[in-house]
Amino acid sequence: MTGILLLEQALNGLQFGLMLFLLAAGLTLVFGIMDMINLAHGSLYMVGAYLIASIAAASGSFWVGLGGGVLATAAIGVLLELTVLRRLYQRDHLSQVLGTFAILLMANEAVRMVWGSQPVPMAMPAALAGPVQLLPGFSYPAYRLFIIGVGLAVALLLYLLVTHTRVGMQVRAGASNREMAQAMGTNVRLLFTALFAIGAALCAVAGGMLGPLLAVQVGMGESILILAFVVIVIGGIGSIRGALLGALLVGLVDTAGRTLVPVLFGQLLGPAAAATAGPAVASILIYVLMAGVLFWKPRGLFPAH
Amino acid sequence: MSPLSSIRLVALAAAALTALPAAAADKVKVGLLSTLSGAGSGLGIDIRDGFQLAVKHAGGKLGGLPAEVIVADDQMSPDAAKQTADRLLKRDKVDFMTGIVFSNIMLAVAPPVFQSRTFYISANAGPSQLAGAQCNPYFFSASYQNDNMHEAVGKTVQARGVKKIALLAPNYPAGKDALAGFKRFYKGEIALETYTPLNQLDYGAELSQIRASGADAVFIFLPGGLGINFIKQFTSTGLNKEMKLFAPGFSADEDVIRAVGEPMLGILNSSQWAHDMDNAANKRFVADFQKEYGRLPTLYAAQGYDAARLIDGAVKTVGGKIEDKAALRKALEAAKFESVRGEFKFNTNHFPVQDYYLREVVKDAQGRVTNKTVGKVFDNHADAYAAECKMPAETP
Repeated sequence: MTGILLLEQALNGLQFGLMLFLLAAGLTLVFGIMDMINLAHGSLYMVGAYLIASIAAASGSFWVGLGGGVLATAAIGVLLELTVLRRLYQRDHLSQVLGTFAILLMANEAVRMVWGSQPVPMAMPAALAGPVQLLPGFSYPAYRLFIIGVGLAVALLLYLLVTHTRVGMQVRAGASNREMAQAMGTNVRLLFTALFAIGAALCAVAGGMLGPLLAVQVGMGESILILAFVVIVIGGIGSIRGALLGALLVGLVDTAGRTLVPVLFGQLLGPAAAATAGPAVASILIYVLMAGVLFWKPRGLFPAH
Repeated sequence: MSPLSSIRLVALAAAALTALPAAAADKVKVGLLSTLSGAGSGLGIDIRDGFQLAVKHAGGKLGGLPAEVIVADDQMSPDAAKQTADRLLKRDKVDFMTGIVFSNIMLAVAPPVFQSRTFYISANAGPSQLAGAQCNPYFFSASYQNDNMHEAVGKTVQARGVKKIALLAPNYPAGKDALAGFKRFYKGEIALETYTPLNQLDYGAELSQIRASGADAVFIFLPGGLGINFIKQFTSTGLNKEMKLFAPGFSADEDVIRAVGEPMLGILNSSQWAHDMDNAANKRFVADFQKEYGRLPTLYAAQGYDAARLIDGAVKTVGGKIEDKAALRKALEAAKFESVRGEFKFNTNHFPVQDYYLREVVKDAQGRVTNKTVGKVFDNHADAYAAECKMPAETP
């Protein structure tokens, strides 16, 4: 029985971690190459989820919604980069934080104006709504397996793009030394707009996939953005590999913590402590993990610079 | 006479005329502070709609005085709620406050409301603190005490011979009250007791624990969007075929049923009210609510409706003299109004003593998935904290 619990929790952690990775990948490349802090990254996740939910509801098909929503969000990302964010690259971090925070607030209000303050319901595709039997006596939700599949596929695609293509080479060069890459003839501006489109599309994929599982609502980008920042700090800024490892680590620690910490507290301090302190400690566990990683590796697990 | 001065004259006359019944207030101002955005918004919206329907039924009045209902969103955050409550109390100078859904917000807002000697009529939140030692002459619950609904499920689960159960509730005051209430009447083994953050929407980790706990049944207290997510995810793991799900009315009301649908069939839940209750006030309320808003009311809507009716009855009893706090308090305690749940009376701690029913989610004659009353669990049930309440006889 405990074997199945561990396996199930590992799958849950993997699913959560892969979705975090989709967000962290775009964030870390932007941060790594342009040294730009983008707090509006979570807004693309939110806008993506809303667009996918709306298109899916209008067309009656989850898949049409997913495809259309991802493309539309990528377009919005490009527009945002060309009009506003581009002006912030040369500024210091404080200006970037203020500027992108303003975008975040405006995005929340805009979404509230268009879709209202109540969550928008989103159904999972009927074919994936039930459980799948993985082992005798162990079934797992098909939809979560599907999320894991998509997450792994995107991670692999991104890995191939970054390590095996010319664009990827330029991205890596830009991440480790922007001036040198520019001197060697890389059009960093164009590269960066493309990068931003990919980042926005990844956000939308994460938002659309998590939409039926969670809720599509105003402000959904903020809490997950904090986690995405934790991921890139743990993984090392600018590193895709670091983002993947950091995301899986955060996903697994968060899921395991919610199961194990209350049990541990229950055995050590009694059921009262398990009920009160357990959930509180479980929710800070990933920050403890971050502090631990930074103590031994101040630049993260795989620093790009 | 110039046109301007004649306007002035009319205005003066109008002012004089409205000032005539000088003994009574000229209107009743109600601050309806509720959760209108985020995962708990369905609850607040139903309270608001229920309340406004009652005002409409009374011809836009409460107790014969024109009613002004100021609606505000607490954003499900105690901090935002406190600021907004301050504005309602100090700037708008409301005569009554109502509407709060969540107990953590209720406990944050209670001190400034009581300090300003404003009556709070709860249309939902009923934390144990305000029922026991911290009971207050300015607090009246037109809903229930937090533990009650869960006590009713506990008794039902016990009576059905469930040997081993897993419990799940959010980590906030009402979540603690919920499981305390459930355990007061359930004597079997508790295989798992889990508290999740109030903003958590993914229950993957908890569902694995529930499966591993070997429980025969699950009891959840997850209001609004939380319950919707849980039940959807519960079904998608296939656990619904292995164990029975029990819930208080909050997690199996019409809002949840609308979102989840058929997988809800067969869920037993408890409530002090149901839309099929057979009394004149309820029939009118349910029919008009559907006509007005195009959906079946939830128990939150019923509580919002009753909160307005309670105010209406009390203001009528004091003849509109709402400045007389002592008289108003007496009138509220007497609770002269027709409740949609039938009879309504207060205990000494200003919480209702009432019946609790068992409902089952079924398909009705029209093929709708909805709740049906299948039995009564408690008669004239009081809460467990009333004895600890030393309610002052005089209103300060």
